[in-house]
Amino acid sequence: MIVDIFVQQIINGIVQGSVYALVALGYTMVYGILGLINFAHGEVVMVGAMVALTVLQALLAAAVAPLLAILLSLLAAMAVCMALGYGIERVAYRPLRNAPRLAPLITAIGVSIVLQNLAMMIWGREYHAFPLPLDNALHALGGAIITNVQIAIVLVAVAVMALLLLIVHRTRLGRAMRAVAENPAAAMLMGVDINRVISATFMLGSALAAVAGFMVSANYGIVHYYMGFMLGLKAFTAAVLGGIGNLRGAMLGGLLLGLIESLGAGYIGDLSGGFFGSNYQDVFAFMVLIAVLIFRPSGLLGERVAERA
Amino acid sequence: MKIYSSSVLAALLVPLILTACNKQSEPAAAEASGGSDITIKIGAAAPLTGPQAHLGKDNENGTRMAIEDANAKGIMIGGKKVRFELVSEDDQVDPKMATIVAQNLVDAKVNGVIGHMNSGTTIPASRIYHDNGIPQISPSATAVAYTAQGYDNVFRVMANDSQQGRVLGEFAAKKLGAKKIAVIDDRTAYGQGIADEFVKSAEASGAQIIAREYTSDRAVDFTAVLTSIKGKQPDLIFFGGMDPQSAPMVKQLRGLGVKTQFMTGDGSYTPSFIQNAGAASEGTYASLPGVPFDQMPGGKDFVARYEAKYKQPIQLYAPYCYDAVNVMIDAMQKAGSAEPAKYLPEMRKLVHDGVTARIAFDEKGDLKGGAITLYQVREGKWQPVQTMGAAQQ
Repeated sequence: MIVDIFVQQIINGIVQGSVYALVALGYTMVYGILGLINFAHGEVVMVGAMVALTVLQALLAAAVAPLLAILLSLLAAMAVCMALGYGIERVAYRPLRNAPRLAPLITAIGVSIVLQNLAMMIWGREYHAFPLPLDNALHALGGAIITNVQIAIVLVAVAVMALLLLIVHRTRLGRAMRAVAENPAAAMLMGVDINRVISATFMLGSALAAVAGFMVSANYGIVHYYMGFMLGLKAFTAAVLGGIGNLRGAMLGGLLLGLIESLGAGYIGDLSGGFFGSNYQDVFAFMVLIAVLIFRPSGLLGERVAERA
Repeated sequence: MKIYSSSVLAALLVPLILTACNKQSEPAAAEASGGSDITIKIGAAAPLTGPQAHLGKDNENGTRMAIEDANAKGIMIGGKKVRFELVSEDDQVDPKMATIVAQNLVDAKVNGVIGHMNSGTTIPASRIYHDNGIPQISPSATAVAYTAQGYDNVFRVMANDSQQGRVLGEFAAKKLGAKKIAVIDDRTAYGQGIADEFVKSAEASGAQIIAREYTSDRAVDFTAVLTSIKGKQPDLIFFGGMDPQSAPMVKQLRGLGVKTQFMTGDGSYTPSFIQNAGAASEGTYASLPGVPFDQMPGGKDFVARYEAKYKQPIQLYAPYCYDAVNVMIDAMQKAGSAEPAKYLPEMRKLVHDGVTARIAFDEKGDLKGGAITLYQVREGKWQPVQTMGAAQQ
């Protein structure tokens, strides 16, 4: 029983961590290239979930085959989020490219508030149930349990991250991204279209956010206009934990944060004899963050300039 | 490197700024009507944005409906025709924000306040209303502490958590025969308060509390806590908190393959809970102060009018907000004045036949003789199981 519970906590942590990792990649990619923290990223995740919900509902009402409906709604969410990511960069960040660093941070907050309130106006204040047309069966792993959706989350996250690494390290666009990250001026002199590369980075990150939004909604079965806020914050923490600007760091940070949270909340009460309880779940995660930043200010994997994208 | 750390530091501060900026206020459309002599401002506060916005909007709708009804009737106070104006504020379920909007309402010179929705916001805000002598009726704050501060200006139109927790605890231990109980709360004044009262009463009825776990009113993932509870094999799990947490919680509980009974308080007695938890909601117990809608004196009529007006079902507290406004207006009429100092004494004396019950307050401001009804989700609907404590007739 004790082993089963432990395995279950590990599964919980990996599932949660996969989602954090996907969202964290969006933060880290933008930071790697622009040195900017795109605080609207959590809201992009929310918009992705909302669009997927709307499209999925419409398709299911039109009796489209479940798998096709899921795929189409995911693609629709990715398309809308990519457009949104492009738009955010164009409107809120590009005009401030040479402004002091605080300025784009403030517009990021502004965009976040605008998106949240727009979503509230479009989709309302209600919680929407996310329809899952497939059977979400439970599988027993010894005494631990994992659902179809959770298996899908981990597999999709791994696949998407592998694809991202492939893009960054094996394609022309990826090479351009790495070049801009390393030295924008030199990259420009070498004929790299910086604006195009930055737009592409935002679109790529937003597509990941859409995937994450879909996965979170499918897992919890609930969509709400406020859902991006906390998720964005956690994912940002994960990015910093792993070393913001570093792709592998974001993945590692996400996974670690998921595990820390689930093991922390699951065991801290029993281990400390009830002195600390699961109310310290978030404190625990942030304490680890602070500790890492004290001893390794650039995060676990650091910000390896050649690696960041 | 220097620039790097300072921008990370700034970024960590962002959530604070975000919560502080996310304010929204909706002043009522107060059309200037030539005939009316006096405008009386009624303040209202509830979370209109954030995770509980759906419940806060429901509160605002109930309050607005009462004010529009009163204006349509053409109320006379002290021989003069008056017009009521709603000043609605958004407290974001945030205790800090609650004190800010409370000050806004005071500065707007409201004659009385309907709010706040949650105990965690109502209690800190009540000190500001008290210091400024403004009567406050909370439609839905149930924490015992709210009326236990010794303030003469605070009231509520709902039974409190010591009554609710007692009913739930006794039912769990005696009727359902739960011997080992796990308790989770969201660490808000409401969630913690009702969980404490539940624990007291369940233990007095012979049950044992084998786990006490916590979450927050912003959390969405509870698998870690639920897994830990699963290992202790309780007969029943009680949650003190609101539906944005309880719905995914019960869903995740069933997703972990746990079939234990799930019980919670009034914060989850909503259509939203059933809709979002889906099949996992089946069998959940929840309580709500008051009697079922169809047994309320004006319940059926109110439900029909609300749904016709807002084209959506009542979430939770709208009828209580409606009553709270009317109680306040009733006291103003009896006093012949909307001056807080003049109508406040009338609040203590009045007996008001409201939509939800016959309302009268005791010396602390609590509802006299409030009933508690226990509900269970059966076939996808909240069905009353039993009503305890006599409704005052």
